[in-house]
Amino acid sequence: MLKRTALYEEHLKLKGRMVPFGGWELPVQYSGVMAEHQAVRTACGIFDVSHMGEIVLEGPGALAFLSKVTINDPASLALWQAQYSAFCNESGGIIDDLVVYRTGEQRFFLVVNASNTDKDFDHLSRVHREWSGEQVNLTNRSSEFSQIALQGPRASEVLAKVCELPLGNIQNYWCAEGMVAGARTLVARTGYTGEDGFEIYLSNEDAPKVWGALLEAGAPFGILPCGLGARDTLRLEMKYALYGHELDDSTGPLETGLGWITKLKKPADFVGRSAIEAMKAHGPSRALVGLRSEGRGIARQGAEVYDSDRTTRIGTVTSGTQSPTLKQSIAIALIQKTHETTGTKVWVKVREDFLEYTVSPTPFISKSRRNV
Amino acid sequence: MSYPKQYRYTKEHEWAELLSESRIRVGITDHAQSSLGDIVFLELPKVGRELKSHETFGVVESIKAVSDLYAPVSGKVVEIHSDLVSDPGRINSQPHTEWMLVVEASDAKAQFDGLMDAEAYQEYIRSL
Repeated sequence: MLKRTALYEEHLKLKGRMVPFGGWELPVQYSGVMAEHQAVRTACGIFDVSHMGEIVLEGPGALAFLSKVTINDPASLALWQAQYSAFCNESGGIIDDLVVYRTGEQRFFLVVNASNTDKDFDHLSRVHREWSGEQVNLTNRSSEFSQIALQGPRASEVLAKVCELPLGNIQNYWCAEGMVAGARTLVARTGYTGEDGFEIYLSNEDAPKVWGALLEAGAPFGILPCGLGARDTLRLEMKYALYGHELDDSTGPLETGLGWITKLKKPADFVGRSAIEAMKAHGPSRALVGLRSEGRGIARQGAEVYDSDRTTRIGTVTSGTQSPTLKQSIAIALIQKTHETTGTKVWVKVREDFLEYTVSPTPFISKSRRNV
Repeated sequence: MSYPKQYRYTKEHEWAELLSESRIRVGITDHAQSSLGDIVFLELPKVGRELKSHETFGVVESIKAVSDLYAPVSGKVVEIHSDLVSDPGRINSQPHTEWMLVVEASDAKAQFDGLMDAEAYQEYIRSL
């Protein structure tokens, strides 16, 4: 049985096309992926991302416990600061990627992928059972929260109309508690689109009211409700990883471009550390690259990547689409590190044909095209 | 969008229009384009290819999905709509006029008559 978010009825009213996604019934699109994508790049889009999981860590041992289970260093977080991070297993594979918000000296709010929430919570509970540090409480509060993402260059103007928080003081990857359209929320300046914007956490009860108020406030700016389709093309243009595509239990952070969040210098021992250190010592053999093609045709997840001779297999496409901004085929692929240099020509097998792609700098779209 | 009464339809959501006793023009239905969403890629066969009915003759891709195209009838491809290949998004706005190819067969009329009419097709998509 698929779960429905508190905004399900709103999606039906807006004629969202509902599809199953990670155990949830969510809109893949309303007016169309192109229009929705464009709205986020040029004005503002609003997404229901209530399927995301929320886990709260609280207590005198919260920081030490979080340091133990994540690869980034939460000790560097000030109160109300956010951090992109990952949970790894003992073999250094990625259990999930997440955003950590520090909402108290001894309280952290973790936002994880919907389809991984139970797996994550089981993993954290296992580590917790053997935890000998100071006391920490672990709660899976996913069913209590809704999340609305408001993204785009006009997002802050839209939000300012229904919110008394001084949004100018909330920098990128920071958050604050405050009222939005009469509801208590946590407003974070984070997102998954490459544009300026906010992720608003609130109770399920308040979600429809806030959703409606934001749509109304955004109308003069050309706001559009956006579905999973646009969420995917927007993140792909930025080469943001998506769990199940670029990331999985058998792929490590150093192979998937997450070296920047892997803090081997932090004093705390953490789950996966020795495996990741071993991989660092040998040097990873694979790299996650951006591919771009001048030709027609779209390589998608699972497509095989070959060397210029078209016979030596060098990797696999993890995600691919046509970029609505560039009108070109773009893809992310996990390939042999020997081929990761920008400009390298590779061939991707799509059905019976080989399509030529070039390893390309990422994000695929420049800042000037993202209005940030 | 209405489904032209003079066309015939398939369960794979192609439409067929009888141009003459021996020629049939083929496209995809409004239902098909709407399920696919924004179409960004179209691949069509070469002129001269012999198609069997239900055989795949091409591929249409939207941003989010790939779908094979199935020949509604057997016959030889005598014309393809090559303009459409460079601007496949037109299928979304005019699915029932943006044709993809023309097939020639001596028994075109008989094959055409064997397909679903507009009413039967609409009933079929309501049942999906």
